[in-house]
Amino acid sequence: MSQQQKEVEQLVWSALSHVKDPEIASVSILDLGMVGSVLVDGSIVKITVLPTFSGCPALSMIERDIKAAAEKVEGVKEANVEFVFTPPWTTDRITPEGRERLKEFGIAPPPANHVMGEPWAIDCPYCGSAYVTMENIFGPTACRSILYCRSCKNPFEAMKPVANW
Amino acid sequence: MTAEHEKGALIELLYQLADDDFILAYRGSEWLGLAPHIEEDVAFSSISQDMMGHATMYYRLLEQLGEGKADEIAHLREPSKFRNAVILEEVNGPGTYLEKPDYDWAFAVVRNYFYSVHKQIRLDSLRHSDFEPLAEAARKIMTEQYYHLMHWELWFKQLVTSTDEAKARMTTGIEKVWQDFGGVLTLGPAYADMVKANFIDDENVLKQRWMKRMEAVFKETGLTFPGEPKMDRGNGRKGEHTEDLTKALTTLSEVYASNPKTGW
Repeated sequence: MSQQQKEVEQLVWSALSHVKDPEIASVSILDLGMVGSVLVDGSIVKITVLPTFSGCPALSMIERDIKAAAEKVEGVKEANVEFVFTPPWTTDRITPEGRERLKEFGIAPPPANHVMGEPWAIDCPYCGSAYVTMENIFGPTACRSILYCRSCKNPFEAMKPVANW
Repeated sequence: MTAEHEKGALIELLYQLADDDFILAYRGSEWLGLAPHIEEDVAFSSISQDMMGHATMYYRLLEQLGEGKADEIAHLREPSKFRNAVILEEVNGPGTYLEKPDYDWAFAVVRNYFYSVHKQIRLDSLRHSDFEPLAEAARKIMTEQYYHLMHWELWFKQLVTSTDEAKARMTTGIEKVWQDFGGVLTLGPAYADMVKANFIDDENVLKQRWMKRMEAVFKETGLTFPGEPKMDRGNGRKGEHTEDLTKALTTLSEVYASNPKTGW
């Protein structure tokens, strides 16, 4: 890869750090670990994206926003987004910054290194208490559950853990 | 066996997988606002949304195999081209979601639970499929399906061990679903080619796994196991369907058919 292509790739990555999840305004798609790769070929860029939940209606918005952000980078004529399922998106792809930003939005981050089938502990994103109850494993979006904190009496949401089998 | 045979069998299999999830997700979406309580409304619509996403993944694979655009495959096919099992297209109960819906919750729980168990077993086989894009899709779907199965199993076990009325309604639901659930368990006429090409395991192996699991759950909850499920009202894998499917597709495709440029 030429020096120039490397630079373009870096600029695209940096542009993607400003693309937010339309349903969680504080978190970028890089925070969520949704971007698989950025491939630069001349002035054409291919970005592979790992969908979080397959029926997520935000995916088409995310695709549009990624394309727009990448095409603003100097030296990029065309950017294409491809959704891929390998590797599948799992919640351990969320970065440490992403986990903090989820909390700011009132969403408890999923446990790191979760094993499917095992119980998981969730702390209240507001007061940190572990004295919480699961109200509904399903929530307002495909990726979230609804909980209640018995300590600070706040309802809150948590991101469902998703791991490989 | 020629490659042409293999491709044909693969396409048949993908239509079955897609159409099963598609039509049951639609039936689930009709429950929106009508579920027994608000938490269930949230859960059931979230599950239906996931399942519609799974159908879309399979329709995209069909698109890549030259079957046309995914939206058109979903919206513009004749009912006889659908490959879903008949029991999955059945209406939720008398009435429609707009007019006097008298939907049967026991039937919904039984149908979704039995289907979820089978879907888990089927995905577990598909994740080792020799058609790698299908194996990848299966691995992705499994991460979401896990929560669906957990949800329906909880409802099923709670209701069949609850009050006499709940138990009676659930037993009626089980009898009804049992009459046609054989249609979910079959892979249809192209089954031998699907298995030979290692796209999926033998349908008898999958069926035995399902029956074994069901028998254990029936025993655990004090129900009488009715033996092998039947396929009384036709084989959806052969394109045999009821009027329920035609009506559902007409409603579902109304907007798309009137203006295919509509964004989805």
